[in-house]
Amino acid sequence: MGRRRIHWGRWGVHAALIFYTILALGPTLLIILNSLKSRRAIFDDAFSLPSAETFDLVGYETVLSTSSFDIYFRNSLIVTVVSVLLVVFLAAMAGFALVEYEFKGNTLLALYLAIGIMIPIRLGTVSILKLMVSLNLINTLWALILVYTAMGLPLGVFLMSQFMRQVPKELKSAARVDGANEYRVFRLALPLVRPGMAAVAVFTMLPVWNDLWFPLILAPSEGTKTVTLGASAFLGQFERNWNALLAALTLAMVPIILLYIVFSRQFLRGLTEGAVK
Amino acid sequence: MTDVESAVTERLPDGGSTARQIPRPASTSRRRRRWAPALVFLTPATVIYSVFMVYPLLDSLRRSFFDDNGNYARLDNYRTLFTNPAFSERFWDALGHNLQFFAFHMLLQNPIGLLLAVLLTVQGVRGLNIYRTMVFLPTTLSVVIVGFIWRLILSPIWGVTGTIGIDTPLLGESHTVLPTLSLISVWQWVGIPMIFFYAVLIAIPKDLIEASRVDGAGSWQAFRHITLPLLMPMLGIISILTYIGNFNAFDLIYAVKGIVAGPDFASDILGTFFYRVFFGASGTTGSPAMGATVASVMFLIILVGVLLYMFGWQRRITTYEL
Repeated sequence: MGRRRIHWGRWGVHAALIFYTILALGPTLLIILNSLKSRRAIFDDAFSLPSAETFDLVGYETVLSTSSFDIYFRNSLIVTVVSVLLVVFLAAMAGFALVEYEFKGNTLLALYLAIGIMIPIRLGTVSILKLMVSLNLINTLWALILVYTAMGLPLGVFLMSQFMRQVPKELKSAARVDGANEYRVFRLALPLVRPGMAAVAVFTMLPVWNDLWFPLILAPSEGTKTVTLGASAFLGQFERNWNALLAALTLAMVPIILLYIVFSRQFLRGLTEGAVK
Repeated sequence: MTDVESAVTERLPDGGSTARQIPRPASTSRRRRRWAPALVFLTPATVIYSVFMVYPLLDSLRRSFFDDNGNYARLDNYRTLFTNPAFSERFWDALGHNLQFFAFHMLLQNPIGLLLAVLLTVQGVRGLNIYRTMVFLPTTLSVVIVGFIWRLILSPIWGVTGTIGIDTPLLGESHTVLPTLSLISVWQWVGIPMIFFYAVLIAIPKDLIEASRVDGAGSWQAFRHITLPLLMPMLGIISILTYIGNFNAFDLIYAVKGIVAGPDFASDILGTFFYRVFFGASGTTGSPAMGATVASVMFLIILVGVLLYMFGWQRRITTYEL
């Protein structure tokens, strides 16, 4: 009896999770599949797989001949990678100092840096725009990088100081006895907080890559558009060309999906470890 | 902190939360002054954060008391926002929509996230990691992409929804557009509460649950009396994150409905309202001063939520050390 209940329970878990997986993946798959079909097939039978008869890449031809998706991708990649690196290293340094050194205002500084976790940086947009105009940074990727770094730092510093606390004291004092200076001690601590750095990287990456607001306001020029902004403008102009729309959507999401699937283990571990801090 | 002091703190009756604040052993070596490295480590983060986040936020607050020519205007901007119907009607509408949007996430996204997390941590079921990866996938997609995916799928021109019996253009009618957008957002973001709850669940020692089973507790009882109390702090964190994220929900509306958040402003939220007031849209000119005022009011609304969370929830919830 007992065994049977567990058995049923297992099937129930699978059934529920399969149901939700279909819900999560279905819409995305529907777009990808239909991007490979002819216009007639898209509308006649959206749910069928592309066959020899209905296979058609016309959408991709249109998209690739008219867009600068490669530039958008490059921009997004630069902005995301540089912001994430800056946040991870600056946060690691600050977190190390906040945990290592006792000085007047230590707690206050930690609190000051943490306030930003609770406040959306977008509320400062009016002044950020003025600031970027006066710094001559409008329509540069630097505008985005600086804003995203500032945006990622509060949570980054908070998480890194939590992880830095776990670095064994003996290790640090042994290094100091051996005559290592503080920068050397910091470099010794870094490998030990690698999970923390991964967590900070993941938490910074998602909102930066996906942001539409700041690219729209600070860097809307053709040469500085990110994928997110580029896709929104680009998709808008194909309002009636369904082949192109579906192909453009597929092109914009497949690289991310592949990257995610390859790194999902590390990615989800980073999120999980950051979440319990 | 001296030993005497720490002994006193440990004995203080303070709602059972002393476990959290076991005092660090006092050490004099830590007090050695290392000013130069401390400065080097702290300055870059503090400067970037102060210049590009703190200063703009404070400066925005300041600007809300000045007009667009830089003259001190006392509370005139706020008066305009709340009494001029061109602003106030849109503002209250948007705020109402934000609350609905928030309610959808609290009532659907977070419970579904919890349910999925519980399912993903059931003992002795194979392949759970694969489900976890798949279920989280929409969360990694850009909001714009998600918006367009659903725009196409729900489009009456394609007619995909017609095959499952939905004939209304869900994104085109004023009474369905906001719930539909909320559901799209829930669909995308459910991975976040899921992974956060999941992180808590996998940290619960198995013998804790097993011990309760030995004592005769059923699965539900074990969940209700052991797992749930351990999840409460995370529930609070997720709720406040949902609340704050709600005011960032500009991207989806912009991608699906554009800046006028149609039809007839039925999908207008504070994010889109803020953008229109600041930059102007469809014939109206933008105003940085009024934009800053809207941002300041949003700031206040968020502050109220955060304070409610800190004093209404966090203080009353017991955090257990595992």
